[in-house]
Amino acid sequence: MIQFDHVSKRYPGTQDALSDVSFNIDAGDMVFLTGHSGAGKSTLMKLIALLERPSRGAVIVDGRNIAGIKRSGIPHHRRKIGIIFQDHKLLHDRTVFDNVALPLVVAGVGRVEVRKRVRAALDKVGLLDKERVLPITLSGGEQQRVGIARAVVHKPPVLIADEPTGNLDPTLSLEIMKLFSLFNEVGVTVLIASHDHRLIHRMGKRFLTLSKGRLVESQLVLNAGGDNGQG
Amino acid sequence: MARASGARKSQFRLFGLLGAWLAHHGHSFFSTLGRLWRTPVATTMTLGVIGIALALPAGLHLLVTNAKTVSGAWESALQVSVFMEPGVAAPEVQALATQLKLRPEVGDTRVIDPQEALAEFRTQSGFGAALDTLRENPLPAVVVLTPVPGISAPGQLTALVDEVERLPNVDFVQLDTRWLQRLFALLAIIDRGIVVIGVMLGVAVIVTVGNTIRLDIQNRRQEIEVIKLIGGSDAFIRRPFLYSGFWYGFGGGLTATLLVAVALLALEGPAARLAGLYGSSFSLSGLGLTGLGILLGLGAFLGWAGSWVAVGRHLRQIEPT
Repeated sequence: MIQFDHVSKRYPGTQDALSDVSFNIDAGDMVFLTGHSGAGKSTLMKLIALLERPSRGAVIVDGRNIAGIKRSGIPHHRRKIGIIFQDHKLLHDRTVFDNVALPLVVAGVGRVEVRKRVRAALDKVGLLDKERVLPITLSGGEQQRVGIARAVVHKPPVLIADEPTGNLDPTLSLEIMKLFSLFNEVGVTVLIASHDHRLIHRMGKRFLTLSKGRLVESQLVLNAGGDNGQG
Repeated sequence: MARASGARKSQFRLFGLLGAWLAHHGHSFFSTLGRLWRTPVATTMTLGVIGIALALPAGLHLLVTNAKTVSGAWESALQVSVFMEPGVAAPEVQALATQLKLRPEVGDTRVIDPQEALAEFRTQSGFGAALDTLRENPLPAVVVLTPVPGISAPGQLTALVDEVERLPNVDFVQLDTRWLQRLFALLAIIDRGIVVIGVMLGVAVIVTVGNTIRLDIQNRRQEIEVIKLIGGSDAFIRRPFLYSGFWYGFGGGLTATLLVAVALLALEGPAARLAGLYGSSFSLSGLGLTGLGILLGLGAFLGWAGSWVAVGRHLRQIEPT
C-alpha cells in the first residue's frame, strides 16, 4: 500500500533529511515509525501526504507513483489518506461535528450522508455526546480523538499519524493506540510515527527505525511488552 | 442488469455530488454574509470606502445627465431670428416664411410683422412713451425659425444661418448659440472625465476588496492549511472568499446608491428654486431602476474581481507544513 523505493529528500542548504530509504507496507498492515527527533520521521510522513516531494526515488501509494500527481491532483490524493497530527489541527471556531464533517464536505458528500458518517466516526472514538461543543472545551486526549474521527470519517484506505500521543499521558496514549488497532483490524493501513518505545513494544507491531535520515531497522516485535527493540 | 444498476448508481452519485456542490455554494453564499454581519465595524468601513468610490462617478454622471436635460430644453427653445430689410411687403415676408419652412432643418416658422414687434417692444422694454414720439415704426418684420429638435451639431445651424443670410430681402440673421455649443463641448469633456475617474475608482474598488480579502486570508491561514491537508480543492477554498468579495461589492453598490440618493435630496430644493427662477418645470432625475441595477451589478462584479485577484495571489502561498 505504501512503498518507498530509494527515496531521498534534501531541503535546500541542508543535509539529506532522508537518504536512500526503501520499505514496503502491505495493505492492512499497521507499522510504527520510530527514531530520534530530527531523524526524518516527519519528512517521511510529509512525502506520503504530498506535503513534500522527494528529491530522488519513488514513493508509491495505493499502487501509484505519486510523483506523477500534479498540483491539481493533490486534494484527491490526500482524500485517500487520513492524517493525524500531534497538535490535532482542529478548527477552533467550529463545533466538533463540523470539524469531523470537513473531509466529507470538501469531498462533496451530501448532508444526510455526512450526518450519518460523522455520527458513526464520533461514536467510534467515544465522543458522540460532544458533537455540539467547541474543541477548545475538550481535554487533550478528547481533542486527539476528534482529530482521529476526522481522519477516518471518509474511510480512507491509509491512516498516517505523526506523534499522535506526543502530549498525552501513558494511559491515554495506550487508549489512542488501541483505537488505531481497531481501525487496522477493519483493513485500514496504519503508519504511526512515535518515539514512545514502551508503547510501541506493547502494541507488538512491525516498526521501522530511522536514524539521521537512514532506515536502520525494520522488524516485527513478536513479544508484546518485551524489551528487544532498540530505538 | 448489473450494468444498468451500476449506471443508475453512478447517475445517482452524480446528482448527489451536484446537490452537495450546490449546497456548498448556497452555504458559502449565506455564511459569508453572516461572517460580514458579525464584524460590523470593519464591514461598514470597507463598504463606506467602496460606496464612496462608486458613488463619485455615479453622482457625477447623474449631474451631467441632468445638465444635458436642462441644456437640451434650452436648445429646443432655441430660435433663429431672420430680420428682413426695412420696407419689405408683408406678402413677401410670408412667402419667405413658407419657403423656409420647407427646409429639413426648420421645424416651424412664425412671422412677426413690424406692428406686432412694436407692440411687443412697447410692453417689454418700458420705452412706451418714448416710442410714441416716433413718427414711423423703425422695426423690420421678423421671421422666427424654430429648428427641428436634435440639431445640435455646431455646423448644421451655422450653415443654415449663412444660407438664409444670403437670401434676398434678408437684412441679417441672429443666432446666439455659441455659448450653448461651448456648454455642450464642456459637458462632453466632463463626460469623458467621468469615464476616466470611473475607471480609476473601479480599480480602487478592486484594490480595496483585494486588500480586505488578503487580510481575511491571512486571518484564516490555519483554516486554509487544514482544509488543504484533508484534501480540499483550491476551488473549495476559494469559494467563500469569492462570495465575500461579491458581498463587499454588492454592499458597496447599495451604499453608493444611498449616498447618491442623499446627495440628490440635498440638491433638490436649490435645483427647484433655480428652475423656478428660469420659469422651468425641470426637476432632478435620479438613478432610476436601470442605474440602480448597473451600480449594484458593477459593484458586485468589481468586488468579485478584487477577491479573485487576492485569492489567486495568496492562496498558493499557503501550503500546509
